[in-house]
Amino acid sequence: MQHRKYLIRLITIFSVFCLLVLPCCKSDKSREKKKGVDLEDFLSEDEIFDDIDKAKKIFYSLPSPLETAMLIKSAGAEYDEQLLNSLENTRNYTSNKSLALNLGIYTTDLSFASLFDQTQTSIKYMEAARTMAEGLDITDAIDDETIRRLNDNLNNRDVIMDIISETFLNSSSYLKENDRPAVATVVLVGGWIEGLYIATQLVGDDNIKGNKLVDRIAEQKLSFRIVQRMLADNLKDQSGKENKDIVELTAELEPLKEAFDRIKVETSEIKVEPDEESKVATLKSQTKITITPEVFKELRVTVSNLRSNFVQ
Amino acid sequence: MKRILQVLFIIIFIASVNPFVSAQCKGFAKKICKLELIPFIHDGNYHAAILTEGEEAELYKTFYSGQDYRIAVCGSDALGAIEFQVIDGYKNVLFDNREHNNVRLWDFKLESSQQLKINIKVPVSTGESEYPASGCVAIMFGFKEK
Repeated sequence: MQHRKYLIRLITIFSVFCLLVLPCCKSDKSREKKKGVDLEDFLSEDEIFDDIDKAKKIFYSLPSPLETAMLIKSAGAEYDEQLLNSLENTRNYTSNKSLALNLGIYTTDLSFASLFDQTQTSIKYMEAARTMAEGLDITDAIDDETIRRLNDNLNNRDVIMDIISETFLNSSSYLKENDRPAVATVVLVGGWIEGLYIATQLVGDDNIKGNKLVDRIAEQKLSFRIVQRMLADNLKDQSGKENKDIVELTAELEPLKEAFDRIKVETSEIKVEPDEESKVATLKSQTKITITPEVFKELRVTVSNLRSNFVQ
Repeated sequence: MKRILQVLFIIIFIASVNPFVSAQCKGFAKKICKLELIPFIHDGNYHAAILTEGEEAELYKTFYSGQDYRIAVCGSDALGAIEFQVIDGYKNVLFDNREHNNVRLWDFKLESSQQLKINIKVPVSTGESEYPASGCVAIMFGFKEK
């Protein structure tokens, strides 16, 4: 009897220890990387903290759907609803990959519509994003309360943007904290490609010289390197098994790599200019972008083909 | 046997309500760190993890010309002030919060688009605790509508 009591106590202490301590120790160790896996030539090793034995956690950040839409708008783009993914397509998406890609795509469309005060369209695209999130079993990212808040704040763009930002945060944190970082990556790639699609279509056959939107598009070459690293990072799961969706997506993006390889983006060193009054520092530098009309056309066609495959 | 089942029930109950088990750093990022971004708009991305003192992390992101950005780097109370540096492709340190009273924020704008790296380090405490402290660290970005 005494022995049994002792056993129960032991199990209890051990279990509580596991519950409280192990999650803290988890620290994403499995996803941590040693120094020296930096981005190609641009971001080579540095020894800022001079602590080479420490494992590091690496994050890659792509422009979110909201930032993507903002970048398009701030480059002087016009709103064109015809470019958004049709809402009727929602029923076509059943696989994890297509649901994830289109969660990103519909969220970028939603952000784009919201920034141009297309309130009714925004609500419809929020519903579409909700359908994608539910298909991926992401609970509580977008619920009835989200739609109600959106409806109640149709004339308040700041609140609408906060709602969009929060729903995206809910989805991505849910996926990452439930050991589905690959799905979170596919969502981001879908949203980023949609931004690229909208931007390249808006330029159309216009003269590309001096076009701010074309510069924005060419600069995406920098983010494409991050896309490649994110995909490479998620190619295998924690058990070492290849992720089929990531393998497929990597292959699908190969023509985009070829198109970006033909664009040259050169940046100079940065000089920081602090402003004591506004407390906003200005990073002074120059960027030289080299892109020909032929290369731009090739990029536009490549992005369009890719996006057609994603939304079909 | 009944007692063992009772214990198992308690364990399952704790697991279902324990914030460390179910939520990890989401709540910290959303309810604490995100507030640091006001009046900037959070981009919606989630970059957070549990780090232990002495541990480091790196984040790579492209920042675009003409946009106003805010970086917020926050750590939970169990950790000391998180150190962070912003570094360009030429390995120049553009900002080091240790030179600015360990502030959690940095506001900046760019004349041209650049890929930057943010280096983060959880300082080692000078306390006498036998075990290193662990806690959530979040890196969040905000921008302003143009």
